[in-house]
Amino acid sequence: MGELRLMKGNEAIAEAAIRCGCDAYFGYPITPQSEILEYLTLENPEPKTGMVVLQAESEIAAINMVYGSSACGKKAMTSSSSPGISLKQEGISYIAGAELPALIVNVVRGGPGLGTIQPSQSDYFQSVKGGGHGDYKLIVLAPNSVQEQYDFVALGFELAFKYRNPVLMLSDGAIGQMMEKVELTDYIPRLTNEEVIKRTGSWATHGKPEYRKHNIVTSLNLQPEPQEQHNHHLQAKYKEIEENELRYEKFQCEDAEYVFVAYGTSSRLCQKAIQLGREKGLKLGIIRPITLFPYPSKPIKKAAKKVKAFLSVEMSAGQMVEDVRLAVNGKRPVEHYGRYGGMIPMPDEILEAMEELIAKVEKKAQKKAEKKAKKKAEKKAKKEQK
Amino acid sequence: MVTIEDIIKEENKVFSKTKLLTDKTFSYCPGCGHGVAHRIIMEVVEEMGIVEQTIGVAPVGCSVLAYDFMDVDMQQAAHGRAPAVATGISRVFPDKYVFTYQGDGDLAAIGTAETIHACSRAENIVIFFINNGIYGMTGGQMAPTTLIGMKTSTSPHGRDLYNMGFPIKITEMVAQLDGVQYVTRQAVHTPAAVRKTKKAVKKAFENVKNRKGVSFIEIVSNCNSGWKMTPVKSNEWMEENMFPVYPLGDIKG
Repeated sequence: MGELRLMKGNEAIAEAAIRCGCDAYFGYPITPQSEILEYLTLENPEPKTGMVVLQAESEIAAINMVYGSSACGKKAMTSSSSPGISLKQEGISYIAGAELPALIVNVVRGGPGLGTIQPSQSDYFQSVKGGGHGDYKLIVLAPNSVQEQYDFVALGFELAFKYRNPVLMLSDGAIGQMMEKVELTDYIPRLTNEEVIKRTGSWATHGKPEYRKHNIVTSLNLQPEPQEQHNHHLQAKYKEIEENELRYEKFQCEDAEYVFVAYGTSSRLCQKAIQLGREKGLKLGIIRPITLFPYPSKPIKKAAKKVKAFLSVEMSAGQMVEDVRLAVNGKRPVEHYGRYGGMIPMPDEILEAMEELIAKVEKKAQKKAEKKAKKKAEKKAKKEQK
Repeated sequence: MVTIEDIIKEENKVFSKTKLLTDKTFSYCPGCGHGVAHRIIMEVVEEMGIVEQTIGVAPVGCSVLAYDFMDVDMQQAAHGRAPAVATGISRVFPDKYVFTYQGDGDLAAIGTAETIHACSRAENIVIFFINNGIYGMTGGQMAPTTLIGMKTSTSPHGRDLYNMGFPIKITEMVAQLDGVQYVTRQAVHTPAAVRKTKKAVKKAFENVKNRKGVSFIEIVSNCNSGWKMTPVKSNEWMEENMFPVYPLGDIKG
């Protein structure tokens, strides 16, 4: 077992970056994620591992520094919180268009606008439906513990380089700020320049040697035909990601009649709600998406065969619920419960929302049964009359 | 009779294109200064033998396709962000010669913050700033460096001081910053100007070698299409109107 440490979620991200051989971190202060930059500047990994840590003049500059470093084939990352992530969207679109591997962390806070500094999950649309301009997808990882915040840094870089695609870790202010036990991994040395060139020599800018043509990193095509081709290529890549990289978790779903769908902090709260509900004899379970792109549409669709209804719980006005509805496709009722603007729902409120949904579904089922029985009785009476 | 074929011979050659310019036809208008500026930079990279260590950053603007013409590894940056992108490159490859090539709209309007802060951090890079007082690629709109009274498609009655403010002298601003080693303003419209600019480019790359922080070279250039003049007339107009506001010469270092 690796070294155990009690850490804040944000600190875990910073420590994971140092240990997984990250080459560069570029950040800008914003609550509730400033500890990432603070931890890294305090740890000062450059003399030890060679990892560059730099405070940029803006979130915009930070994401463009990531562009520059990752276009050199290096492991580069940035982090921010919602308003700052909005500022980064232009850069993220360029990174996706130029097919660069990069890790972006969003420790979400309440919005819109300057909003609040408290936790929220209202950046779901921005994360999985685009955010920036153009047809592109990010691989989106949604941790629900400090340990996962730690683990998803290395995983994020692995996926980013595997597909040459930006990866977004969609966290929230609760996971970023709370402290939990983390099992640390051993230090992985950064790749040497020779290793970087070997791994990324076909596309990255390292300085042009005699033996090859110059490498160009760009997202521009002046003609629409090659740009459409490039888009075809991107879509094929996203399809491949959907086929290979789906991650989700089911909890107490074996006998569940009613199922929560929730990620991140909400999934932890739902787990408690399930426990409270089961004490009352309710058969509850949860499907937790770990990747939000790719989304676990198929497992949800499959679950819809025996589950009576779904409750999507998110600290938003109802964003992910749209994807649950798409997956269920009208076969079962799907509702949303959420608090937002920085408010966190309590497990008993979540359970109450589920109980309301159950009551509604059961009332409807009862009415249906009564109607059916009535019809049957009428039919029988008619037959007897004859 | 002497024919052309008699003249085109190796022993009569007085000039050849640097091998670091590709054979792709320039997308620039005939008469524009970009081509000369590209050539000078690539000549210096070739002469210093640093092609394997050089990484350039192209901007958004007329020179967005600079990567098609300069035969070195290059990245294309979002509008105005080239100094941040160059920072990202230079920080992970501290031994490389990293340069940006930017126009006035890119560097002095949308990218002002990135320019100032890369300079302030003393990034070990060269910034080439081509100032023609206009947004060329988008069709001749007013730029931050457009002169007072100058007509563009978004200042059709001439740049009006009261509504549109003053042209920005960002090169003088940058010279105030401690992180900047060398600041100069040059031109490429005459052979003498070309020679001076080339000397400045060489000095800038030497500064990178010696890790001296930012070298900032403004090249005041023409935009004959945007200014709606012949190339010759545009160069005369530049001398008469641009140089008094943007005087040539070393400003720092």
